[in-house]
Amino acid sequence: MTKLLMKGNEVIGEAAIQAGCYHFFGYPITPQSELVAYMAKRLPEEGGTFVQAESEVAAINMVYGAASAGVRAMTSSSSPGFSLKQEGISYLAGAELPAVIVNVARGGPGLGNIQPAQSDYFQATRGGGHGDYYTPVLAPFTLQETIELTAEAFRLADVYRTPVVLLTDGLLGQMMEPVVFQQSSTPVQTESHNDWALQGTGGIRAPRSVTSLELNASGLEKRNLKLQEKYQLINQSEQQADVYFAEDADWFVTAYGSVARTALSAVKHARSEGVNVGLIRPVSLWPFPTETYSALCEKTDQILVVEMSAGQMIDDVKLSVNSSVEVVFYGRMGGAVPDPEEIFDVIIENAKGVPKK
Amino acid sequence: MKPVFTKTAGLTDKPTHYCPGCTHGVIHRLTAEVLEELSLIGQTVGVASVGCSVLAYDYFNCDMTQAAHGRAPAVATGLKRALSDDKIVFTYQGDGDLASIGIGEIIHAAARNENITVIFVNNAIYGMTGGQMAPTTLSGQKTATTPEGRSPESEGSPIRVAEMLATLDGPRYIERVSVHDQKHMLQAKKALKRAFKAQKDLAGFTFVELLSTCPTNWGLSPQDSLNWLSLHLSAAYPPGVYKNTLDREVQ
Repeated sequence: MTKLLMKGNEVIGEAAIQAGCYHFFGYPITPQSELVAYMAKRLPEEGGTFVQAESEVAAINMVYGAASAGVRAMTSSSSPGFSLKQEGISYLAGAELPAVIVNVARGGPGLGNIQPAQSDYFQATRGGGHGDYYTPVLAPFTLQETIELTAEAFRLADVYRTPVVLLTDGLLGQMMEPVVFQQSSTPVQTESHNDWALQGTGGIRAPRSVTSLELNASGLEKRNLKLQEKYQLINQSEQQADVYFAEDADWFVTAYGSVARTALSAVKHARSEGVNVGLIRPVSLWPFPTETYSALCEKTDQILVVEMSAGQMIDDVKLSVNSSVEVVFYGRMGGAVPDPEEIFDVIIENAKGVPKK
Repeated sequence: MKPVFTKTAGLTDKPTHYCPGCTHGVIHRLTAEVLEELSLIGQTVGVASVGCSVLAYDYFNCDMTQAAHGRAPAVATGLKRALSDDKIVFTYQGDGDLASIGIGEIIHAAARNENITVIFVNNAIYGMTGGQMAPTTLSGQKTATTPEGRSPESEGSPIRVAEMLATLDGPRYIERVSVHDQKHMLQAKKALKRAFKAQKDLAGFTFVELLSTCPTNWGLSPQDSLNWLSLHLSAAYPPGVYKNTLDREVQ
């Protein structure tokens, strides 16, 4: 397998194509624009469709249209644009249409800046738009994992007929790293959508409709119950997390995405100084890997949550450990990225409060 | 005995929910008849929008998807690009949907010359939500949100969508028609047929604006509504072909 040196945003594009996504609808916004440009160049080579939409809103609705026809479709954006897509994501969830939405997140609120941030966690993991729904959210921390999780996002979308969010940030989008595409291992579209997709009746079957509208209250409640059953199934089946130094750690740092890279370096450094600390890295942010945390509750005395936000994932960590473990927080905001020494210092400071076993 | 008239196969048997005197039913039927006559029902996917016609997916006897408010042209773009060239995609949109919240989507779908057909039903008011001002509401027209009549000074002037889209290089065919009497209905059907035929021939973006009634929110009887349409709406929005760059054989 050839090793390629690629930029994060382009990796997502290539991974999507290799996962069988030939319909991409984009809109420029920093720091994800390279993905749009990559698809503009690559998709025509593959006989696919690239449209530069007039807005983020139009792009997500083009995805809704393409998904209605049963094809793998994707759009991408960065935080302010991701906000604009929320209406469309809610409609996708309501109409049970598969699609993948990439958020290469940046600092907020408002126009914020173009530096990496993790302050869209709440929005991504709580549905983001109106109504009772969730979207699976996957958060890679290397570009190699970005390839795997892009394919995984399409699998989840197809299997559960749901929009799926791939949440990265400006750091992962802009950085370059060697990657290997193992072409045979990326699953192309396996789920058949022949039983619901709109491609014309062909005069041989009854007409179909795709809609999120249900005027009757009991009808809409039934539809919601069906959605909730689906979310419960996803929650039971699709939690993903990696735990580092699980065997001998007395306590854990937890972080996801780009900051998990920095946190892992800091954890290794601290271990070399005799601190018995490990790292829990959620890969799926929704469903949140609560089982990983609750399984570690017994053996950990403290969990230090590190985020590039004011503290959003920490809520899920607290819910997962249900007050049985002390949960502390360290965060940076507005595009500030903590460096390994900074997190190392926080680990050392926190280690003082952890009773020696 | 040979039947002299049958209901079009382009519509389902479901009774519509439209108010008495509303011309949505007429426009549905004309569209459905055209799809049937061009043998397109089985290869068509329609896009219903938000407004009175939101349930159009229950009435048209073809595959239908339902778009968020104003977004039908974007949804149709995604559909059309995902489907094979022989498939027909149309949107069915009211004036609140298309000319207000969806003005961006319609302009850009037209500019891209998407090979879709847009059916634009203009009755100068928001029907579904209870008769509020639309971008197409006439100057002086009283609505729920312009109780003293629409004033150009504070509410601006009506937007003429067909004329505006005709300034773009993209669209291939733009016509405005009315359905206030039999003669105009037949003209409307002819326009719809030309539009769908052009799409079938891969010509590009086609747009038919149909002047329509809203007796309920205009506060007029069905007959008075048709009269008001022919007198006032047609005067503000003159029917006619605003753009036609189709090949002669398509026309």
